Amino acid sequence: MASIDYPLERPDIEDTGWHFAENLYRWIATVDHKKLGLMYIVSALIFLCVAGVMAVVIRLQLAFPNGHVVDPDTYDRLFTMHGTTMVFLVGMPIVAGLSNYLVPLMIGARDMAFPRLNSFGFWIFLFGGLLLYYSYIGGSGLSGAGSAPDVGWFAYAPLTTKSFSRGHSVDYWALGVLVSGFGSIASAINVIATTISLRCPGMTLSKMPMFVWVMLVDAWLILIALPPLSAGQIMLLLDRYLGANFFNTQHGGSAVLWQHIFWIFGHPEVYILIFPAFAILSELVPIFSRKPLFGRPAMVGAVVAIGFISLGVWAHHMFAVGMTSWSNTFFAASSMLVGIPTGIKIFNWTATMYGGRIRLLTPMLFCCAFLLQFLVAGLTGIMLAVAPFDWQLHDSYFVVAHFHFTLAGGLVTALFGGFYYWYPKVAGRMYNETLAKWHFWLFIIGFNLTFIPLHFAGTLGMPRRIYTYAPGRGWEIWNQLASLGALMQAAAVTLFAWNVIYSAIKGEPAGDDPWDAWTLEWGTTSPPPEYNFEKLPVVRSSRPLWDLKHPNDPDWKYE
Amino acid sequence: MYAFLAWLQTHAEGLPEHRIANIFEPRSTPGDMERHIANLTLGITGIIFVVVGGLIVYTIWRFRRKPGDDSRQEPPQVYGSNQIEIAWTVIPILIVFILIGVSARVIAAIQNASPPHSTLKIRLIGHQWWWEVEYPDFKVKTANEIHVPVNADGHTATYLQLESLDVIHSFWVPQIAGKTDLIPNRVNYMWIDPKEAGIFFGNCAEYCGTQHANMLLRLVVQPQNEFNAWVAQQAQPAEANPVDPGVAQGKNMFESLACVNCHRVQGTTATGVFGPDLTHLMSRQTIGAGVLPMNHQNLRDWVNDPQNAKPGCFMPSMKLTDAELDQVVSYLESLR
Ligand code: HEC
Ligand SMILES: [Cu+2]
Ligand SMILES: [Cu+2]
Repeated sequence: MASIDYPLERPDIEDTGWHFAENLYRWIATVDHKKLGLMYIVSALIFLCVAGVMAVVIRLQLAFPNGHVVDPDTYDRLFTMHGTTMVFLVGMPIVAGLSNYLVPLMIGARDMAFPRLNSFGFWIFLFGGLLLYYSYIGGSGLSGAGSAPDVGWFAYAPLTTKSFSRGHSVDYWALGVLVSGFGSIASAINVIATTISLRCPGMTLSKMPMFVWVMLVDAWLILIALPPLSAGQIMLLLDRYLGANFFNTQHGGSAVLWQHIFWIFGHPEVYILIFPAFAILSELVPIFSRKPLFGRPAMVGAVVAIGFISLGVWAHHMFAVGMTSWSNTFFAASSMLVGIPTGIKIFNWTATMYGGRIRLLTPMLFCCAFLLQFLVAGLTGIMLAVAPFDWQLHDSYFVVAHFHFTLAGGLVTALFGGFYYWYPKVAGRMYNETLAKWHFWLFIIGFNLTFIPLHFAGTLGMPRRIYTYAPGRGWEIWNQLASLGALMQAAAVTLFAWNVIYSAIKGEPAGDDPWDAWTLEWGTTSPPPEYNFEKLPVVRSSRPLWDLKHPNDPDWKYE
Repeated sequence: MYAFLAWLQTHAEGLPEHRIANIFEPRSTPGDMERHIANLTLGITGIIFVVVGGLIVYTIWRFRRKPGDDSRQEPPQVYGSNQIEIAWTVIPILIVFILIGVSARVIAAIQNASPPHSTLKIRLIGHQWWWEVEYPDFKVKTANEIHVPVNADGHTATYLQLESLDVIHSFWVPQIAGKTDLIPNRVNYMWIDPKEAGIFFGNCAEYCGTQHANMLLRLVVQPQNEFNAWVAQQAQPAEANPVDPGVAQGKNMFESLACVNCHRVQGTTATGVFGPDLTHLMSRQTIGAGVLPMNHQNLRDWVNDPQNAKPGCFMPSMKLTDAELDQVVSYLESLR
């Protein structure tokens, strides 16, 4: 198939000589959206491995009652850093990385709207992440195991006040996350500006790829939701150092206030994190089913609706704090409403597959697993929204299982699919399909083995964040299964890492368009040149490459 | 081994012990209402799971590309359908409205129930990492174990006033009711009416620091007469001048140590409030909010070094000599 681009020079190929310092400089000083996107994603994957190792230690500790793998303080740091890392140093840079790499390519632009802001965003994010991890050595030194935060990823007051957290661990949490948040805000502004002003000729909003739509709404959500968190963290630091006493209950502050501020950010945040999965599915499912996305306008409507509703549900994390029955009812109702647009999305993806010719290659396998796992996550979410049921389930292992179904079973599963799908574009080489299938099955079986049992532990009264438990309460078997599953997941991710590294060197050359795809990024070379498109494309529908490949039956006749 | 000891020991009380705190086997009205709505929700979501999940699996299976298929032939391109879109928007809306209605009713029924006149009031105060239990009407204070009468006549309820002195904790005895937080600088209320005598296990359900895991709780539901006897006994002060010379010696030792700054023994000079009230220590089933079953050896080990059983807890190890330890423990063992 004819490429709509014919690169004149390939500086990226000339670079392959071993000029280490030059290359390093090139990466550090780059403002290229693809290099920055890759750096976001690679740092996210490194943080994913670090937090994953923490998860394995947690599972080892809980595999048997009265476990002695780590002491209570270390355990508390582990789950705090695991959660904080996964949310702020894996999920958020993944959002930024994917939009950075793909949005300009998909809308036929040469770069993001603000390349320097983009580079600022990445480096400030990385600095925030390293600052957070510096707490492990910064506090009381390596031998003292450091003073990494141990207040949980939502850092509830008043545990975070000076009286209960005397060292600097909370400061590292507040500052590290605050600073890395600036990066997310910078990248959100950039995505919004880019999609608004840099779309190629002919690409009206209604012809913009679904991926870009979702990432655009995601950027808006970040822009709205993150500042309350930053404000909260600044208030917390004021409390700790200037005696502001917003949250300091020993001096008349309010512990519930922190919860409101945190979850006003925190609930939209979970949608911010899951949106990349929606974005990936909306590209992969059509390509591998060989059909256009079913009900595009409804899909756009659904994602905008989710964005809006998600801003009004935060207190479903607070059903147990003793709100009035009216507030509880309101937040139960609004939370259930989110289920409707989410359901619409699942239905539309399924309808896209219906009547198609589904190629069950690894990226699509991950999408299929996503659909089933995310369905479970959505349904347990409905259970949690039923406030009286939540009084039982809240803060139990059921909740742990629920949100790992959304984030690991949803986001991470879809991400693996997306990584395999765009890997040939980014690396110019094909990944190894056999290894990838092994990765898929190990991961999916391991994941379900870990998190299905934990639902049951929760209904048997196992609270979350306990470093140990006594035998005889009916929790042993579920925890053992979960720990076994965690080991399988670790093995699966190792295979993935191996596949990514090995195939980058030894993989088959992929060609520009290995999937016979329809969006603009497949119209340029693999990997794309620095300027993306030698000649800016002109599009007439949401599937420009389909139109090129099927001149007799182009999409724009129907859209 | 511990489990067996605990079993032996608690069965001495003659009450069945419910270690397995299954939320689907409630023994109290709020828990029961929650189970009902949980079952309804599970039913609805279960049906959705089977239908939608089945559809997804069927679609993948039915439309997967088979080995012999022509790879270049594209399927018919379908862009959407407004009718279908409306159908699968309206059906979920209906389901959601049913669930909202039912939730609203149960929320109101549990939260806005007005107390019968003859309710028992308990003040439950969270501490890092133990529970202070106060019966204001009887001037009784104890810890980590809540005794309440069984609701045999249908009119006996217990109201809990939940407070915290340090960080947030959460009261959760799954078979009795869902959880409510204990929040500093704020007072929460909840009610329970256990319908069956027994010992029900619970945990602190909100992360509250190092020993959150070992902030366990027992709810002892007793027949009314036994409960009355228990309260009467708990209201007694400790002996001011014990006759047994060993105990008297132990008491002197205890009172000469820092123990009295943190612990209260009613009727003596020990008036500390930082730690649990020890006036009737031996009537409790566990030590240290459930980390150890109560027996001689465990009590001695605890006083010797609480950091061993409950690392990070706020009782320091007092570095007593063996002789001092024996004396203190023999005094503690007289606090029945
Ligand atoms: C600094 C204050 C402090 C001092 C001094 C102190 N304790 Fe404690 N003690 C506590 C706290 C706090 C707890 C609750 C620990 C927990 O469960 O987390 C406790 C718990 C106990 C318990 C278990 C009570 C129960 O019902 O579970 C016993 C028994 C006890 N202390 C005895 C003693 C004796 C004897 C001494 C003196 C040798 C002493 N304590 C000194 C603070 C103190
Ligand atoms: Cu939420
Ligand atoms: Cu706790």
